[in-house]
Amino acid sequence: MNNCVIKLEDLKKNYKMGSVDIYALRGINMEILEGEFVSIMGPSGCGKSTLLNVLGCLDKPTEGKYYLNGCDISLLDDDTLSDMRCNYLGFVFQSYNLIPQLSVVENIEIPLYYQGVSPNESRKKAIEIASRVGLAERLYHKPTELSGGQQQRVGIARALVNNPLVILADEPTGNLDSKSGKEIMDIFIELHTQGKTIIMVTHDENIARYGERIIRLKDGLIEKDERVLSKIGATT
Amino acid sequence: MGFKSLWLHRLRSLLTMLGIVFGVASVIAMLAVGEGASQVAQEQIRRLGSKNIIVRSVKPALEQKATGQRSRAIEYGITWEDATRIRSSIPDVEVLVPNRIIRDVVWNTQWRVDGQIVGTVSWYPEMRQLRIIEGRYFTEPEVAGIKNVCVLSINTITDLFPNGSPVGKSVRIGSDYYKVIGIIEDEGGIGTASQSQNFLVQTSETKNTTERRSENLSYQGKMGKRDEGKGPGATPQYRIYIPITAAQKRFGETLVRRTTGTFEAERVELHELIVMVNMENRVEEVARVVDSILQKYHKQRDYELTIPLELLRQAERTKQIFNLVLGTIAGISLLVGGIGIMNIMLATVTERTREIGIRRALGARKRDIILQFLVETIIMSGTGGLMGIGLGLFIPYLITYFASMPTIIRLWSPLVAFGISAGIGIIFGIYPALRAANMDPVEALRHE
Ligand SMILES: Nc1ncnc2c1ncn2[C@@H]1O[C@H](COP(=O)(O)OP(=O)(O)OP(=O)(O)O)[C@@H](O)[C@H]1O
Ligand SMILES: [Mg+2]
Repeated sequence: MNNCVIKLEDLKKNYKMGSVDIYALRGINMEILEGEFVSIMGPSGCGKSTLLNVLGCLDKPTEGKYYLNGCDISLLDDDTLSDMRCNYLGFVFQSYNLIPQLSVVENIEIPLYYQGVSPNESRKKAIEIASRVGLAERLYHKPTELSGGQQQRVGIARALVNNPLVILADEPTGNLDSKSGKEIMDIFIELHTQGKTIIMVTHDENIARYGERIIRLKDGLIEKDERVLSKIGATT
Repeated sequence: MGFKSLWLHRLRSLLTMLGIVFGVASVIAMLAVGEGASQVAQEQIRRLGSKNIIVRSVKPALEQKATGQRSRAIEYGITWEDATRIRSSIPDVEVLVPNRIIRDVVWNTQWRVDGQIVGTVSWYPEMRQLRIIEGRYFTEPEVAGIKNVCVLSINTITDLFPNGSPVGKSVRIGSDYYKVIGIIEDEGGIGTASQSQNFLVQTSETKNTTERRSENLSYQGKMGKRDEGKGPGATPQYRIYIPITAAQKRFGETLVRRTTGTFEAERVELHELIVMVNMENRVEEVARVVDSILQKYHKQRDYELTIPLELLRQAERTKQIFNLVLGTIAGISLLVGGIGIMNIMLATVTERTREIGIRRALGARKRDIILQFLVETIIMSGTGGLMGIGLGLFIPYLITYFASMPTIIRLWSPLVAFGISAGIGIIFGIYPALRAANMDPVEALRHE
């Protein structure tokens, strides 16, 4: 019943550092189905962020194929990649990456602005999403006036506002204490139950276990791809 | 969106804009000063009449060495015969105005001025486009009847008649009394004999005598500013017009001029001859003919020709050069302003690398980023342009007020200046915007 949203075929990514080639990804094969909540784990420098950037259409693979929603990414030009990000993807960053000059709603509105949604409609949508992540009271605050957890909720709201096919999160709880980290994960769980596809990079085994599937990377290769049996989110 | 980030860095944006502000202001102000100055010069030349040729008597320079004959008066200049010859041999000549110009003291009881007594004909004001301010000018019968009447130029009034209108009263010159019948407009600095030497335009064959003079072609003279007391033969501006017949009868043809220690007598029949040609496009041709007629009957070059039309052309050329120079200076200042903007925009782009990365990750295309930064630059240079226009309209006013220099602001000059500033915004904004757009999104996101 679930169709395949992401499909990687022998995906490789090299970086040229002067005369040396760095092989960040060395042949990744995987499929991610619609509605899956996947955690990506692995030691530092194994290529997790690189993989996520490729999945997020921010970086093009050096070799191999990447199909997003059945579409071969390597054939697309820069503008179309932008449109893919705009319409199919939502990013959540470790360091929130909010624009400090803009208020909470304005930050949430950014993806809609690039989709060409009218200001009135996008304001309405942004407010609705903000209340869904518990920010109804903070709409017109600047990011600097919020706690880390609240800032990350703005980040999630911003990733959700364009109703993306896949949410990509690079260590979303990395900068948070365990309490607000759990709050953020609760939001992810809720999104997952609503049927969103989520791909999350994390260092924390406990956080990874919120997902239903863990992909373990090592030196640019998939070391292990396992199902989570006892789901923390479900038990607590 | 653009306003917001500019507003956040108010001081920085303002300082950046200053380059454009001053650039635009200087463009407008300089153009206004240039236009004003050239307008004055052109107006004064036009006063001389674009259809006129002015022939003046000049003392030949070579005569000086003849020290033997001290008692004899130096004889030079245009004669009545010349006038008749010109009239009879050139059909295109419409009017001839013979003038005699004599310097003497003019008295009204205890008040006096050193005046230029101009003996002339009744249609003189018409030809020189001079307005009668009060009373009337003398008539042809009055000229024919050798009447002792006079018309004063307006600037003599304050010194000669401080207590009210002179019309109906009399002035004394030497031992003769002249009834004042009218007041006439000043001819302006350029119209008098001494001033217009600066404006000398030579016909083709007159190089030898006039080369020396062309050094006098002063900027001040060009601008029509008075330089009384400066230069050789500077004459007062106070003019008293009397019928030429009266001038001939009362003053004779020999004039005595007192120079340091010695008396110098000179005999001049006519000091000035204004030849009006019926068509403007014949002026230069007629001037050549006049010159050759005079040359035939004059042993030495004791006359000079001034062609206002040529002066006008020359003034126009000067104005073009003036505008070119000003334009270059203003262009450079705008360029500097533009580079200032580019500099700040490059700094802004670097500073906001992270924001660019975020926006790209959230779906912004390259052209969205280009637009964002370009809009900011254009807002900045546009606002600077508007402020510059404000300042540029104000500076000429100050110049006119404090330096009493005429300034003229043409409608197109603020428009052009604004167009240039907006253009600079685009030109100098393009590069920083492209640099922003071409950043690698991943790198940009990683940027601290
Ligand atoms: N732009 C780049 N230029 C050169 N090498 C790079 C670049 N980006 C990543 N790398 C290299 O690719 C490898 C994988 O990096 P990546 O950031 O994906 O690791 P990571 O798994 O996310 O590590 P961490 O857990 O510390 O975030 C590293 O060896 C890194 O040095
Ligand atoms: Mg990483």
